[in-house]
Amino acid sequence: MGMLPFAILLVAAIVGYMINLQSARAIRADGTKLHSLSGFHGLFSALLVLVPVLTFVLLWLGFEGAVIESLMFASLPTGTLDGLGTGEVQLIGAEIRSIAGGRVFGTPEDWKLAAADRLIAYEAWSDWLLIAAVAALSVALVLFARSRVAPEYRARQQVEKITTGLMIFCATVAIFTTIGIVFALTYETFKFFQMVPLSEFLFGTSWEPQIPIREDQIAAEGAFGAVPVFLGTIVIATIALTVAVPVGLLTAIYLNEFAPHAVRSVIKPILEILAGVPTVVYGFFAILVVAPALRELGADLGLDVASNTALAAGGVMGVMLIPFISSFADDALSAVPQSLRDGALALGATRGEMMMNVLFPAAIPGIVGGVLLAVSRAIGETMIVVMAAGLIARMTINPLDSVTAVTVQIVTLLIGDTAFDSPKTLAAFALGMMLFLATLVINVFALRIVRKYREIYD
Amino acid sequence: MYDAPNPATNVDQQDIKITAKGVQVYYGETHAIKDVDVNIVDRAVTSFIGPSGCGKSTFLRCLNRMNDTIDICRVEGDIRIDGDDIYDKRVDPVQLRAKVGMVFQKPNPFPKSIYDNVAYGPRIHGLAKNKADLDVIVERALRRGAIWDEVKDRLDAPGTGLSGGQQQRLCIARAVATEPEVLLMDEPCSALDPIATAQVEELIDELRRDYTVVIVTHSMQQAARVSQKTAFFHLGDLVEYGETDQIFTNPKDERTERYVTGRIG
Amino acid sequence: MSDTTPEYRGAGHHGGTMDTVRKGLAKRKRKQMILQGFGIAAIGFALTVLFILLASLFSTGYQAFTQTHVELDVFVDPQEIPEENLPRGGFRDVLSDSLGQYFPESDMTDRAEARVLSSILSNGAQFTLRDMIVEDPSLIGQTISLKVATSDPYDQLNKGLIDRDTPEDFRRLKDEEIQNFDTLSELGLISKPLNTGLLTNADSRFPELAGLKGALVGSFWVLLTCFVISFPLGIGAAIYLEEFAPKNKVSDFIEVNINNLAAVPSVVFGLLALAVFIGWFGMPRSAPFVGGLTLALMTMPTIIIATRASLKAVPPSIREAALGVGASKHQVVFQHVLPLAMPGILTGTIIGLAQALGETAPLLLIGMNAFITSAASSPFDSATALPTQIFIWADSPERGFVSRTSAAILVLLGFLITMNAIAIFLRQRFQRKW
Repeated sequence: MGMLPFAILLVAAIVGYMINLQSARAIRADGTKLHSLSGFHGLFSALLVLVPVLTFVLLWLGFEGAVIESLMFASLPTGTLDGLGTGEVQLIGAEIRSIAGGRVFGTPEDWKLAAADRLIAYEAWSDWLLIAAVAALSVALVLFARSRVAPEYRARQQVEKITTGLMIFCATVAIFTTIGIVFALTYETFKFFQMVPLSEFLFGTSWEPQIPIREDQIAAEGAFGAVPVFLGTIVIATIALTVAVPVGLLTAIYLNEFAPHAVRSVIKPILEILAGVPTVVYGFFAILVVAPALRELGADLGLDVASNTALAAGGVMGVMLIPFISSFADDALSAVPQSLRDGALALGATRGEMMMNVLFPAAIPGIVGGVLLAVSRAIGETMIVVMAAGLIARMTINPLDSVTAVTVQIVTLLIGDTAFDSPKTLAAFALGMMLFLATLVINVFALRIVRKYREIYD
Repeated sequence: MYDAPNPATNVDQQDIKITAKGVQVYYGETHAIKDVDVNIVDRAVTSFIGPSGCGKSTFLRCLNRMNDTIDICRVEGDIRIDGDDIYDKRVDPVQLRAKVGMVFQKPNPFPKSIYDNVAYGPRIHGLAKNKADLDVIVERALRRGAIWDEVKDRLDAPGTGLSGGQQQRLCIARAVATEPEVLLMDEPCSALDPIATAQVEELIDELRRDYTVVIVTHSMQQAARVSQKTAFFHLGDLVEYGETDQIFTNPKDERTERYVTGRIG
Repeated sequence: MSDTTPEYRGAGHHGGTMDTVRKGLAKRKRKQMILQGFGIAAIGFALTVLFILLASLFSTGYQAFTQTHVELDVFVDPQEIPEENLPRGGFRDVLSDSLGQYFPESDMTDRAEARVLSSILSNGAQFTLRDMIVEDPSLIGQTISLKVATSDPYDQLNKGLIDRDTPEDFRRLKDEEIQNFDTLSELGLISKPLNTGLLTNADSRFPELAGLKGALVGSFWVLLTCFVISFPLGIGAAIYLEEFAPKNKVSDFIEVNINNLAAVPSVVFGLLALAVFIGWFGMPRSAPFVGGLTLALMTMPTIIIATRASLKAVPPSIREAALGVGASKHQVVFQHVLPLAMPGILTGTIIGLAQALGETAPLLLIGMNAFITSAASSPFDSATALPTQIFIWADSPERGFVSRTSAAILVLLGFLITMNAIAIFLRQRFQRKW
């Protein structure tokens, strides 16, 4: 059933293609010269059917659910929903839907059963309506396309116009995605700040978001001061960069200038492996190996080390960032013109002096760009911190303590129940907004530096 | 007191600074320099001329072992400076390059201040005992590079901000700051306009008093103007080597004649 | 040297220079050695961590590729199984009774003793038996040979992960339980075959039964959706930007947009999916389709960048040749340039999909970390994916899940290595040098 509209559409497109192809060939067989090849007349028909009807089907499927649900709610006996919050209305909607799906728990009220029946009926109606509409539209478009087959008709130009349009659409998907992100985050964040004042979020030092979503849940009072969360992210990112920047830069320096060719061609792909390991694997590595090792080490030194320290999460994240920084630095060093290398060597500089006094300073802008991108990765990295860092927000910069991070809070707030009218859920979007803005600023800045730097030496 | 000896009469009596015997250079499979013998005299300008790709730059880069930095490049034969084999295992290219300075085709000042550009060589080699000492070295080098008057008020400005001709003279100053004995110049004027070229040529003529200068050039006029001895390279061979006047007025080899009269290029 | 002429003022300097240079040389060489040493140490550090990472995964993960089984002769007692309602039979009792026959001295009527004894068997064993009987009711009254997984602690014992020398109080298995196991072991009933269940079972609360089938199927749907959406969109966008777009502000803006999108944290895409796809469009939670859609938006920039690079690599002479014979711009691009660029595009796409396969955070936010015990039959059913399954197992307290998590990671890494190998193969085999 669900695939039927698509099947009709596909068949219509193929039929349209064949019809136009045949009629164009027939004209040619008569000895008339066609402007466009017969194939283009066929393609014209197929595209003319596919593009608008597919758009129509997708739009229909996108809005079908919302329309049917509002129809269903409207058909409920008057007064049923009076005085209920949005959360409760959603629950009723979910219950009716599950009854309609055949999963009946307990004995629901009669009006719910009736509503479920209506829901099923609406859905059936909607399906048939869609099929009828698709069929009618397809036939109309096939006929229209057929009517355009004529010797002087510029089918190729039309086909090319349609493909150009499709390609422009593809290119704008990136813009729509950005708009979608910005709009979704702004909308939910705005709702959040209607419940929690901006000043509390930005300057408050207490973060206890686990407030009840349903009334029967027992949870804390709730506090949304995000400073300790930001602080946690900063602590972990700092640790990560403390590991990644020196190791990554020294790796790049060695590989770029000193490593024999064979060594370089072996080490580089191995480092790429480090970059290709999914972050969930690093997270597991942090809890399986690094955190216990740190705790044992701490115990030997008489230090009290938490089980989910910032050090373990940050250290493992640092390892993840090593290949990122080293490949950026390697590229930046390679981009320094050969003439500067020659200039330094010809003055009698050792290769070490050439690297440290000339190449490295000359490559600094590119390296800074790479490090900035690494910073943006570190604060946006999710799985390692979700698995290896803590959940409780603490105002501490002690790397041996357990701290939380922005991404950890986003994930934990959204796993399980989500209700888009609870500050608990919306807080995740506010944090997401902060994360998005911070990484956006860093990325734009970093990409600009990197691009400028490339221009200097190109 | 610095009257230059007349090259036409004096060249043969001067001491030999660099001797090369049977030099072969290979780039991977390509035989770039074929069995070159040459003696380069002290405190004179020797120019290498020849059509592009003839190996003159490659040979020049053998004299301070800059070819070492190219992995696929292999040098055979015997090159001696002051009688010492520079390709001896015990010779450190770093030390060699302190003695044999080089100026490149394209001005390549470091992205540092003018002062730091010139002070770089003396600094890494530890030639200055203190800041005042270094100031003296830098000033002397810039004066010898004939650029002191133009930059003395902005020594902290970046070297990359100078004009092309100034950059090249800065690079020459940078090269002489380490007090080398030999100065190699790889088409030093090819990226410069005529006025800057004239200034650099004048400078090269000055430098002859203190240094052994070897210059690779595209321009026969330049070779005629600045050098006392000229070597003509063609397809990796050293075709002819002799007094500049003789090469340009009375070449012995037919190929040299065709080149200097503009028939091969 | 020719210092005979008194005018030669450079002479003193020259000699002095070389002496100074020589003196400083050793120290400068040492500095360079130190720099190189640091470089080697840095690489050594990175390689060591990689080695420890892989070693720890293999050393814990290989245990999960075998599973301890026990083979029992089971008498399917007709009294325990009501013929009219087969699935409600007392399969648990049937199993513990048949286990009892190997322990003549134990009293199976003693509930506590029977419970200790049957703890050897996986909790899932009764369901295995049930499914067999429901399938073939004629087995009732017969004695059948049944091979079932042991429960996790006994599996650990058999694999040597539980130290018998640990004092009883600190051990997960008591002396009595270990004796029971040893009895069965001496009877030759214990075996440790290859754990095919790891790939053919779906998720389970019991580590000994938990497998990756659900996650593999889920990841398949996610990647399929991701590919179907991102591949045409990415190529379309890349062709437009590279070949057709006028060089103006709009094209620049799109370009900047794509570059930035590639650097947006993945969790933000998860927020987008949760708010827009699930919240506004009412798409189902936990569905691989939504996961694939989200990952498609993240993969698209990768494909666009790879496609543009390989379009750029096609030399202009090809375009000029085609234009020269009167092809339209579209024909040039679609009939000549695109086919030549295809190997590069496919390489980039596979690398993008490999990244998508390992992506976890967005899938968590759209609920693909649900506990689901069956494989999804369409991209709209609830499912987990490989990385989210790893996350779920890594979070599970049971010891048996540690090795399962490592094993799942090894499976994931296996897929990633295969995909990257295919990409490299494509690049080596088909990419031309112009």
